[in-house]
Amino acid sequence: MKRTILTLSFFVAGATTVFAQKYITRTARISFNATAAGSPENIEAVNNEVANIVDGKTGDIIFQVPVKSFKFERALMQEHFNENYMESDKYPKADFKGNFGNIAELNFAKDGTYETKVAGKLTIHGVTNEVNVPGTVTVKGGSVLLKAKFKVKLQDYKIAIPGVVADKVAKEAVISLESSMTQK
Amino acid sequence: MRKAFILSFLFACSTAASYAQADKLMAELDEPATNKKEDVSATFKATRIINSSSVENLAAGVLDFRILHRFGRVSDGFDNAFGFDNATTRIGLDYGITKWLMVGIGHNTLYKANDGFVKAKLLPQQNNGIPITLSYLGGINATGDKAPPVPPGTEYFFTHRLSYTHQLLIARKFSNRISLQLMPTVIHQNLVDSSKYSNTTYAIGVGGRVKVSKRMAITGEYYYRANNADMLSYGVKTYNSLSLGAEIETGGHVFQLFFSNSLGITERAFVTQTTDTWEKGQLHFGFNISRVFTVVKPKEFRGDAKKW
Repeated sequence: MKRTILTLSFFVAGATTVFAQKYITRTARISFNATAAGSPENIEAVNNEVANIVDGKTGDIIFQVPVKSFKFERALMQEHFNENYMESDKYPKADFKGNFGNIAELNFAKDGTYETKVAGKLTIHGVTNEVNVPGTVTVKGGSVLLKAKFKVKLQDYKIAIPGVVADKVAKEAVISLESSMTQK
Repeated sequence: MRKAFILSFLFACSTAASYAQADKLMAELDEPATNKKEDVSATFKATRIINSSSVENLAAGVLDFRILHRFGRVSDGFDNAFGFDNATTRIGLDYGITKWLMVGIGHNTLYKANDGFVKAKLLPQQNNGIPITLSYLGGINATGDKAPPVPPGTEYFFTHRLSYTHQLLIARKFSNRISLQLMPTVIHQNLVDSSKYSNTTYAIGVGGRVKVSKRMAITGEYYYRANNADMLSYGVKTYNSLSLGAEIETGGHVFQLFFSNSLGITERAFVTQTTDTWEKGQLHFGFNISRVFTVVKPKEFRGDAKKW
């Protein structure tokens, strides 16, 4: 009986850690570069308003990206990005729902750097695809820093590139992400 | 046995709890995003509908080089190559100071006029918020051609060349396809035949844009003058201005093509000095070309700030 109580208290304690082990930020940064080789202008943009949450217990990870918050060097490019390519009024958000493949090896309570792989569903422009993204997790002083770089084929997300800009816009965009989360 | 049962029951409970937790993760991110008021973008595709200014402003730090062409009357026929031989032009520079304030200057071949304007966005249309965009446009125009005949004993001063425009631009993007704009307009001309006409012309303009495909739209605008409708321009009868056109978005700019009975490009010229009429087929083909340059980069792209 004593042991049962012990086990019980262990589970209760476990449950409370589940609640405590969430890390969140609303200022994660995602940038992309879709400049075609030889293009006279850079097709790149940065978004500093990405929301990211991680459940340290289950390894679930979610990103939410307000598409209109991508900033371009040229205002006209930004307008075209939203109006013609991403159709941001119709699809205001891109998101990712995934899971750390090696959550058991990640210790968010202890400083350190880990290699990881996140698998999940990436939705852009209303189209969802399964993706597998390698990245690094750096835990330092209670905050969790996530970094990843991966490629996305525009065609996979039904983003049409008209012929006149085919020499400027690459078929694949390189996406870089940096997210510094703190415990919720 | 009993212990094992309790154990597995508790384990099931905690797993269920954590699954529910995962489902809630998304909701936790969603919370503050709802009810967020967001400015509506791209009510119009350019800073001009056809002749009129639209509620669109240039972004801060953007310089816009504009070449506007109006050909002669199509009805002049073959002798003037359907108007091609009598083109007038406005060449101008616009600049966005902030996202809500822009200025511009230009020179017109018609009446050798120089003009300048200030446009300020006072209210932006928002999703879940303000229903319209409201802008103010103030302009000044100085003709540069030869002094017109004035009654004997009077003198033609420089100030006689000046006229002023004040406009409110009230626009609403009704859907992704349809945008409309109302333009109450006041034009003050320093020199008119004051025995017959008022120095100040009141007019109301209406303009709009209907998207027909992703990169093409039909545009139009019309001005109704509440007074001075019978005012002559250099001795010639005047009409209300009506323009219809199309705009095509290319990679770098918006190309606007249209027909108008107005030859003038500044507000004074097209509202009060339109001497041609659609009824007689006195149309002018015209186009607007614009090329934008980013003079001041957005802060995300300045020097060291760009570490991504």
